[in-house]
Amino acid sequence: MRVNVTVNGSAEAVDDVWEGESLLYMLRERMGLPGSKNACEQGECGSCTVYLDGVPACACLVAAGQVEGRDVRTVEGLAEGPPGDEWLDPVQEAFAETGAVQCGFCTPGLIVQSHDLIERNPAPTDAEIREALAGNLCRCTGYEKILDAVRLAAERKAAAT
Amino acid sequence: MASPVRSPGQVAAPGQGGVGDSPLRPDGTLKVAGEFAYASDLWMDGMLWGATLRSPHPRALITSIDVGPALAVPGVRAVLTHEDVPGRKTFGIDRTEDQPVLAVDQVRHEGEPVALVAADHPETARRAMELIAVGYEVLAPITDPRAVLADPEGLKVQERGGITRHQPVRVGDVAAARAAADVVVSGEYEVGIQDQAFLGPESGLAVPAEDGGLDLYVSTQWIHNDLKQIAPCLGLAEDQIHMTLAGVGGAFGGREDLSMQIHAGMLALHTGRPVKMSYNRYESFFGHVHRHPAQMRYEYGATADGKLLYADVEIVLDGGAYTSSTMNVTGNAASLGVGPYEIPNIKIDAYGVYTNNPPCGAMRGFGAVQACFAYESMMDRLAAACGLDPVEIRRRNAVTQGSRLATGQVIDSPAPLAEMLTRLEAMPLPPPLDPSDLRNLPGGVAQTTHGEGVVRGVGYGVGIKNICFSEGFDDYSTARVRLEVIGGEATALVHTAAAEVGQGLVTVKAQIARTELGVQRVTIAPADDRVGDAGSSSASRQSYMTGGAVKAACEAVRAELLALAARRLGGRWAAADLAVVGGKIVSRADGVLGTIEEVLGDEVVEETREYHHRPTTALDPVTGQGSSHTQLALCVHRAVVDVDVDLGLVKVVEMAAVQDVGKIINRTGVEGQIHGGSAQGLGLAVMEEIVVSDGLVRNPSFTDYLIPTILDMPPMRLDILENPDPAAPYGLRGAGEPPTLSSTPAIVAAIRDATGKALNRVPVRPEHIVRGAPWTA
Repeated sequence: MRVNVTVNGSAEAVDDVWEGESLLYMLRERMGLPGSKNACEQGECGSCTVYLDGVPACACLVAAGQVEGRDVRTVEGLAEGPPGDEWLDPVQEAFAETGAVQCGFCTPGLIVQSHDLIERNPAPTDAEIREALAGNLCRCTGYEKILDAVRLAAERKAAAT
Repeated sequence: MASPVRSPGQVAAPGQGGVGDSPLRPDGTLKVAGEFAYASDLWMDGMLWGATLRSPHPRALITSIDVGPALAVPGVRAVLTHEDVPGRKTFGIDRTEDQPVLAVDQVRHEGEPVALVAADHPETARRAMELIAVGYEVLAPITDPRAVLADPEGLKVQERGGITRHQPVRVGDVAAARAAADVVVSGEYEVGIQDQAFLGPESGLAVPAEDGGLDLYVSTQWIHNDLKQIAPCLGLAEDQIHMTLAGVGGAFGGREDLSMQIHAGMLALHTGRPVKMSYNRYESFFGHVHRHPAQMRYEYGATADGKLLYADVEIVLDGGAYTSSTMNVTGNAASLGVGPYEIPNIKIDAYGVYTNNPPCGAMRGFGAVQACFAYESMMDRLAAACGLDPVEIRRRNAVTQGSRLATGQVIDSPAPLAEMLTRLEAMPLPPPLDPSDLRNLPGGVAQTTHGEGVVRGVGYGVGIKNICFSEGFDDYSTARVRLEVIGGEATALVHTAAAEVGQGLVTVKAQIARTELGVQRVTIAPADDRVGDAGSSSASRQSYMTGGAVKAACEAVRAELLALAARRLGGRWAAADLAVVGGKIVSRADGVLGTIEEVLGDEVVEETREYHHRPTTALDPVTGQGSSHTQLALCVHRAVVDVDVDLGLVKVVEMAAVQDVGKIINRTGVEGQIHGGSAQGLGLAVMEEIVVSDGLVRNPSFTDYLIPTILDMPPMRLDILENPDPAAPYGLRGAGEPPTLSSTPAIVAAIRDATGKALNRVPVRPEHIVRGAPWTA
């Protein structure tokens, strides 16, 4: 089937999608967007988190056909600078700077989820950060540096507005 | 040869930062942008997808395999069985070679690979796989490791069967010490099977090369050791295979054994097409070895004032059906079986055995984790029996520099355990919980309590881990460093085969190059087999070994640069009188003579060096004596918990840790290792276990195998000490594993403190806390 979807601001028509495929598979294998990760493919780890019509969702739990006519934003689409530029969203910068990235496999999902948290709540407390990120597993960092990253990103976004 | 559209590239290390700084990770920007090429992201035009049919039985004879129905599925390009293995039919790490590439006439554990499919679409491959008809004659699995110990000849799961290794340790006279002891305590302990649960699944891409060989892009921990195992099974020479490390999504020991490497290679050679294999989470639970479960019996005797007189210890590790690294895990359990304490009389018997339970091998801590839970539980038990404080009894028996381990090995670098405990004890304790915010309580917003029945506990744990490979293994790493002027700036290219698995080795390599060469711009080449062996990213060894190799190669490059400077600067200065400082060539007498760029011109300086650590010795097979370890590292933990004693729910409130890392090469990196290692120890303490019954895994998913979330992991306090080890590069001490040891017993001790229960098994479950379960006696 063909799926018409807006991904990272660009209207796309994706052909030859099999009905059983997930949004995650379509993004990764048919659209050249492997940033969303395939760590569990059953909605437990959050590594595939994307915005679907502005709301974070596990792309592995969404059938490709369900995104017909909708808007998807992935980790690749968070940086809003000019194409090819090295501009990153403050959340991405903060993750890289604080040591919140080790193997980095959980990172794209955590960044989308943290991005959403700060959009909704520009000054989250630690308890609010923990609650917001409770669905994103990380096996490397013990989460301490991830808390640092979210605090830093929130500060920077607040300072910039 | 076409290279994959998505594949690992070299990374430029941004910014400044030498040894001791915390510069940005060279791969960090790619990782946060979603552009880093992990093994499961690899993609190539015309590639096929591989799938693996696995045994549903822990033990069965194979009576028939019919691949016909699978081959008939449109889109299927190959269906292969053991008959199609081009070379040797078995492989194994550590030259064990007892694991079939694909099962031949028998399966020996659930999930053992039986057949392979390659197809145009992964779902086609999976459906075809289900059509392969395998006839099994199911046998009763051998699942009790102690039964195997009692009858090793009668209960063989394979030819080698029975006992994998028995390593005794004998020091002094335990019987005499027992007669003299004022206090005797004993306990039986059990550790469940822990999974590495790295987030990036086993994945890779095999590409047939025009010369009949193979290009392999795989996430692994040890490229050269993979090659040694892969090549003979594929019937190829090692130099016919080129391996490049694909992005690794965590490892923790679970990628030390092969997973899909040979399988993807077989499918690629057979079809002549690139083949990608990528496990899903369910398959990953069967696709790699786990941490050995352990059954342990300990008896300690001491004087009335708590000075240890003897230890009598039996450790049984269940390695599953194949050898994997069970030999070395057993060796570690034996040599570190009583931890960092001075004990004059010791009898340890550590056993690894074969069963039809899930296969076990390397996981962070490697045999030392299991023993640590038992010996630390014993120290608490002894403290209670002597009426002493748990910290005080540890201090009274603590090793220090000059002490002997159970193996007789003298600790010849700083080991300030007593001081570490004192510093740990002095750290402030967290305030009492605020029950007005449910998120602070055990059970959280599930509203299982509003503070009633919640009791706070505090516990301590100590651990000692060997760093680098032990028992006489010639452990080394290789680095190639190239210095040239690119775009007007001196640039160092660092090339090693060492696996970056997330730990930050790429950052450390760039830091060392900056410090040794005085350049700012460093590029890290992809890890591959076009440079010599780097050894494994395990045993907390890469900063030490590959760090040492990069340092040595940089020193050689620097010497050559200075010789070049001596020649080019008109012979007025000898190379020995010159140095590189801040990107400049300087003479001791005359100051700055020029920049590196001016001296180099268009000259390229390249050097390759191997770094070997000092030799170690084997353990005596009868007495367990020998200087078997390269380096020893200590970490101590304090855990504070709140326990709902009515419901058995535990909230870990805080963990504090003191670790001696010799020299902090990268503070952010070291802190990340201690945080992450402590989190995995927390998992083992209260959450993580692969539950097995009748040889079958009951919880192969992240729905049922729980790893700590950000809600489970508490804030940490760290105190990182730098007492250098003179034998190691920069004095550093490997840091990745030690925190995984001591965090588990500290948390369990804290739960015991809150509940008064014995808790002799990890993970501790609610029923162990609230009921008279066997492990609470």
